Amino acid sequence: MSAVFEQIFQVGFLAAIIRIATPLAFATLGEMFSERAGVLNLGIEGIMLLAAMAGFTAASLSGSLWLGVLVAVLVGAAMGALHGLFTVVLGLSQHVCGIGVTLFCSGLAYFLYRLIFGQQSVPPSIKGFQPAPIPLLSEIPILGPAVFNQFTLVYLAIIAVPFAAFVLYRTPWGLSVRMVGENPRAADSAGVSVIATRFQAVILGGALMGLAGAFLTMAQFNAFTFGVVSGRGWVAIALVVFGRWDPWRSAGAALLFAFVDALQLRMQASGLGHIPYEAFLMLPFIFTIVAMAFISRNAVAPSALLKPFRREER
Amino acid sequence: MFRLEARSSTPAWFNLALPLLAIAVALVLCSGLIAVAGAGVIEAYGVMLSASLGDSYAITETLVRAAPMIFTGLAVAIAFRAKFWNIGAEGQLLAGAVASCAVGAIPMPGPLAMLLMVLAGAVAGALIALVPATLRVQFKVDDVVSSLLLNSVIYYALMALIEGPWKDTFSGYPISPPIEDSANFPVLIEGTRLHIGVVVALIAAPVCWFLIARTTLGFRIRVTGENAEAARYGGINTQRVLLSTALLSGALAGLAGVGEVGGVHFQVMSDISPGYGYSGIVVAMLARLNPLGVVPAAIFLAAVMTGAEAMSRATGVPAFLSEVIQGTALLAMLVALLFTAYRIRRVGAPA
Repeated sequence: MSAVFEQIFQVGFLAAIIRIATPLAFATLGEMFSERAGVLNLGIEGIMLLAAMAGFTAASLSGSLWLGVLVAVLVGAAMGALHGLFTVVLGLSQHVCGIGVTLFCSGLAYFLYRLIFGQQSVPPSIKGFQPAPIPLLSEIPILGPAVFNQFTLVYLAIIAVPFAAFVLYRTPWGLSVRMVGENPRAADSAGVSVIATRFQAVILGGALMGLAGAFLTMAQFNAFTFGVVSGRGWVAIALVVFGRWDPWRSAGAALLFAFVDALQLRMQASGLGHIPYEAFLMLPFIFTIVAMAFISRNAVAPSALLKPFRREER
Repeated sequence: MFRLEARSSTPAWFNLALPLLAIAVALVLCSGLIAVAGAGVIEAYGVMLSASLGDSYAITETLVRAAPMIFTGLAVAIAFRAKFWNIGAEGQLLAGAVASCAVGAIPMPGPLAMLLMVLAGAVAGALIALVPATLRVQFKVDDVVSSLLLNSVIYYALMALIEGPWKDTFSGYPISPPIEDSANFPVLIEGTRLHIGVVVALIAAPVCWFLIARTTLGFRIRVTGENAEAARYGGINTQRVLLSTALLSGALAGLAGVGEVGGVHFQVMSDISPGYGYSGIVVAMLARLNPLGVVPAAIFLAAVMTGAEAMSRATGVPAFLSEVIQGTALLAMLVALLFTAYRIRRVGAPA
């Protein structure tokens, strides 16, 4: 047993957890902002894919990775705006629109990728982001190489969590987001523009989903494949619920999922254990579904989630 | 000045006009992508049309493609009628496929095998759909998210099967063993893939329509969806209605999987469904949740899918255009539905 533990819990393992958690953290924070404002965004799976494709394309054509990240973020924000236009401005059904956005975005991503890169037996790759060790901090035993010898985008994710918590809980805009998600009628009476606030939150959410997509194709895999997102958007939907719509808990949930995923990869690679790896991949979804049964009684979900707001209707 | 004004009823011709409008808008918007790909728009859509509906063989292929989407479309339409937000047709389809494949692999007389495959697939799909419905009734869990997340659970369960106990030991490919030859659904026209499951799908639509429009259960489903409070006041047990709806909806989605195993693939693999469960949502919305409308809507999507492949070969426009058309059609349909709730009225100084 101890040999198993030694093989699994190495510095590389900790570093892998952080790397796997990074895109999930971005995506989860993005979905969380959207849902806190009262808008479920099931477009996340497609938005991540389209942003991943757009960022990869921009980076491989221009040679600049950061331009690729910028493009991915802008595409994510634009698709967030699309979802916001339908669900917030026009007040259409959020879940059906989300599925529509996912179908549209993933179709567009595949279409444009095939158009630009053609059909190749080996998918074209780029030289992605390289680890940027932070002086001194990366010297700390175990923690240093695992956490502080990472991609710049990983540091960005680590900063993004407290920043998101600060924005949500300590700024006037964050207060507005929480108000329009809990009680839009009251927010409206208090002079907060429900439509504008929700629209902004969905766009910010889309931008973060774009960042998640950028990480996948420019740091994690350095290529775009049709399965590059492969359900990570749905994982983020689960993590938001599991993290009870809170930035810290959501990030914690992302780390927990990443731990399970990294463990699963290790066990596959080392041939240890006879549990099918799919059992691990299924876990977060099962946990979340079970957790939802307990959570719903405490009513921690934003009260106005899934409810469109129309001022004239009472 | 123009303003939106709520309207209480919609003319009947809207049921036909709105989907046609949405499809037209989607095709016009997507013609931009064809142009970007450097092909002629008329030519590309022409190839698409002739390859999907141009001759009798093409029509049979389109119908084979449409069958699973008729089932998932019916599953979604009936669920949404009761406001049971079943986004899980994809997982229910996969569960139906796995169950029918397991049964079909057991040697037994053909007709018995097919009957049991249908039963197993329907039960598997129904049980999966029962999970989000029960969670909603018992614990007030949001059915949108729970039914969506179940799709991933079922998908990984299927993967675990075909990479584990069902793995093809000879080739090492992650595909299940084939079902018995005797369990293969009969082909109706020699030289085509038109199997009996397609006919079952085409019959299922009017049956579902009758169920929704003319039976007591259908009435309860509609009332529960339109006004749950009034339904309860009228003595309808809305929780039971939700559970019945889920069973029905899941069984229909499961049948989509049965047809794919029994009539098309004869085994289970990871990509047995290219998202037919999600396409079912597009189909149901285009059909305005009317089971009879599901058939033409599913045939439209199937024609786009089969047509896109031929278009890709002929013009070089990537076949993924069909997915973009699906997404665009769904979004356009949702916007078009605004016309059912609102009318645009000219307001301003009285003349």
